[in-house]
Amino acid sequence: MHLAHYLGLLHRAQDVLADALLEVGQAHADEADIAQLCSQQAQVCRERAEALRPFAEHYSEEAPDEPERLHSELFRGAREGPLGVLRDLQDLYLMTAECDICWTLVGQAAKGLRDDDLEKVVEVGAAETSIQLLWLRGRMKQAAPQALVVAD
Amino acid sequence: MIPDDPWGERTPYAPGSSWPVRVDSHRVEEPDRWVQSASVLHSNGDGIDIGVRDGKIVGVRGRAVDRVNRGRLDPKDVYGWQANNSPDRLTRPLVRSGGKLVEASWDEAMGRIVSRSKQLTAGQIGFYTSGQLFLEEYYTLGVIGKAGLGTPHMDGNTRLCTATSAAALKASFGTDGQPGSYTDVDHCDTIALWGHNVAETQAVLWMRMLDRRHGSAPPAMLAVDPRDTPVAREADVHLPVRPGTNLALMNGLLRLLLRRGWVDLSYVAANTLGLEDLERVVDAYPVPRVADICGVAPADIERAAELLGTADRLLSTVLQGFYQSHQATAASVAVNNLHLLRGMIGRPGAGVLQMNGQPTAENTRETGADGDLPGFRNWDNPSHVRELAALWNVELHTIPHWSPPTHAMQIWRYAEQGSIKLLWISGTNPAVSLPDLARIRRILQQDGLFVVAQDLFRTETTEFADVVLPAATWGEKTGTFTNADRTVHLSKKAVDPPGEARADLDIFLDYAARMDFRDKDGRPLITWTDPESAYAAWQKCSAGRPCDYTAITYDKLRGGSGLQWGGERLYTDGRFNTDSDYCETYGQDLSTGAEFPAEHHRAKRPDGRAFLLATDYRPAPEVPSDDYPLRLVTGRTIWQFHTRTKTGRAPELNERAPSVWVEVHESDAAALGITEGAVVRIESPRGAIEAPARLCGIRAGTVFVPFHYAEEAANELTRTGWDPVSKQPMFKLAAVRLRKTR
Repeated sequence: MHLAHYLGLLHRAQDVLADALLEVGQAHADEADIAQLCSQQAQVCRERAEALRPFAEHYSEEAPDEPERLHSELFRGAREGPLGVLRDLQDLYLMTAECDICWTLVGQAAKGLRDDDLEKVVEVGAAETSIQLLWLRGRMKQAAPQALVVAD
Repeated sequence: MIPDDPWGERTPYAPGSSWPVRVDSHRVEEPDRWVQSASVLHSNGDGIDIGVRDGKIVGVRGRAVDRVNRGRLDPKDVYGWQANNSPDRLTRPLVRSGGKLVEASWDEAMGRIVSRSKQLTAGQIGFYTSGQLFLEEYYTLGVIGKAGLGTPHMDGNTRLCTATSAAALKASFGTDGQPGSYTDVDHCDTIALWGHNVAETQAVLWMRMLDRRHGSAPPAMLAVDPRDTPVAREADVHLPVRPGTNLALMNGLLRLLLRRGWVDLSYVAANTLGLEDLERVVDAYPVPRVADICGVAPADIERAAELLGTADRLLSTVLQGFYQSHQATAASVAVNNLHLLRGMIGRPGAGVLQMNGQPTAENTRETGADGDLPGFRNWDNPSHVRELAALWNVELHTIPHWSPPTHAMQIWRYAEQGSIKLLWISGTNPAVSLPDLARIRRILQQDGLFVVAQDLFRTETTEFADVVLPAATWGEKTGTFTNADRTVHLSKKAVDPPGEARADLDIFLDYAARMDFRDKDGRPLITWTDPESAYAAWQKCSAGRPCDYTAITYDKLRGGSGLQWGGERLYTDGRFNTDSDYCETYGQDLSTGAEFPAEHHRAKRPDGRAFLLATDYRPAPEVPSDDYPLRLVTGRTIWQFHTRTKTGRAPELNERAPSVWVEVHESDAAALGITEGAVVRIESPRGAIEAPARLCGIRAGTVFVPFHYAEEAANELTRTGWDPVSKQPMFKLAAVRLRKTR
């Protein structure tokens, strides 16, 4: 059963996203709302990762070795300036999207396994992830005209 | 008017009876005529007559016929008018020449603004206006910005005072618009004041509450405020919560209401959406946890819940204690939740007043000078934008509607980054009133930022301007404005403005003419020429929307009381403005401010039901540390308004509160060796000020500094940061330390 690999993938994706959120928030501390919400959402990601841990441990007993190229790498450090903010938020968006689809797939597995406890964790995590996506998308939409059209 | 008692003599009255008249007045000479107006030195909207003799203002008196004040005056109105006659009024435009501001003609000053404007694109121009201009002026400014230039960068200092009120009302009820009425004070059996020191912010409303408290069957009173304010002292239950924990308290109180069955289930079932989610969230806030987070006694939380849960006619008022925090909208929405759960909305005595901080803040929200679309229209609803495009006869794409309007704090950020190159400031003094003043000063003096400042006096802000425009003020121009309970007042011109000073409306109209804004058929975009024709244009724009002004004409406003739009109370039938085609917003996530798309809203089929919305408490982004162990809250005194440009020039007001102070709890003072009157240095990570200490009833660990004083400005200390939904800055959440200096 390969569920453990996907739980590991999601767990790590949440942790990596939390790190990236913190890095982007600190790099753009002058964007007060981005700094504040990145820090808040990093905390949310950590909580989600923590909630997954017992399930990852439980299912890892039945898992074969981890396949190659499981984890993707979307973030290579924060950038500068208005365009940099936009690009960094876009990276965060893609990383969150990866979490989003992982939640969907893990949710499907939980249903197949009739694992109600995992389903509950997935429900909360998926909902919070979709809010993150919405926030990032809205913030980028707001920033884009100024960054792409107006800024020098 | 008794100087030591700003609320004057009591005129007690019984529930359900009308508030007795008490006419306050003050004059230095006998007027030869009285001119109808209303108050502009707070947000209450009191009817006032201006006394005029030989072309000069010589006094004021309250209008006995007015529904808002029944003749009473706030002490600021008693004396504040003297600022009009101040010899240091700006009387000619100023332009910067060789680094200095020098007098210039209107042609020269406006010419400079127009030529700079024409060099720039719409996205490089921002407007930062006020909560103190008149409706006609805001609407004109809104049309200039949205349909003339097409800039999304319009907001005002109302972002600092009233943004959360608007956001909370939109979130719960679908559109902005105050549900309650001041007459709810006459009928209620319980008043809950949430972070609202009404005694000092709306003195006349407090007189009304005190008169009920002194009459038969007085209302019970709950106050939530970390300070020992006059309201807190009067209240039956006072919860001095730790700053930044309002949402935890609200969640705990809502949980108790649900657990104890203090809920009108049939009202909730018929008229609301979201009970299950609300229950799930608030269930995590049992009393001991809330008591721990908020730092108040569990028994007091229980008493508060009982008071709220057993009231038959509950009136709530909400202000800056809730609005200027990190979870501002969520906590204010929770007050709406409370009223929805109890079915306490839309009937006499049962209502919510999400208050405003400034006299005309309501009109920035209605007309779109705060960035929203006029008439509480939804920027994300193409048919709402099409209505405006048709009304103004401009192309749809001229009107910025591709994302939420740029809020004030973001406008300042764009100016800081250099992408906004012209910032037009009208009727406000951001160099004293915005958070983190060192940063604001840096922005204002940046190369490449062209600053226009339009004001009555030279201020800390005008000193950074490239062009200063002398404005006429209250009493010197005609126009309307609307208070926190939707009462519209006409304020007539009583005297001429000094020198060459001009009404803000005339300044904006002059700009529009010089810029030659045209509609899509090549005709002038702005066709009105004076206050009454501007008002007529606004009436047309407001038609069919919640704030429909078509029935309120200048004629009807002349002579009698102010008139409310929307009737005495909104939502009397339990139907709210949440229909997807009608609402002002498709909703936002309360924890991040993320905007929900239209389809999300439509799928819920709200169809006139109000939203019960809840989210978890989170600690403030800046909490006390070893370095900065105290929490700073800023606020007002009854004797001053804003940065004192007017009240500081009225001797009777200024001598009551001439300079800054800091309120400290005795235990904190003792630990630092600070005695009453000792000058202390207050430091935050942003800056430092000095102020004499007042040892008084404030929550231990919390200090208070009034924000009025430019010389030792509280905002040297405050932090750049805002509520994610309303974007209102969190003035009440900075960590500081104190040191005795001498």
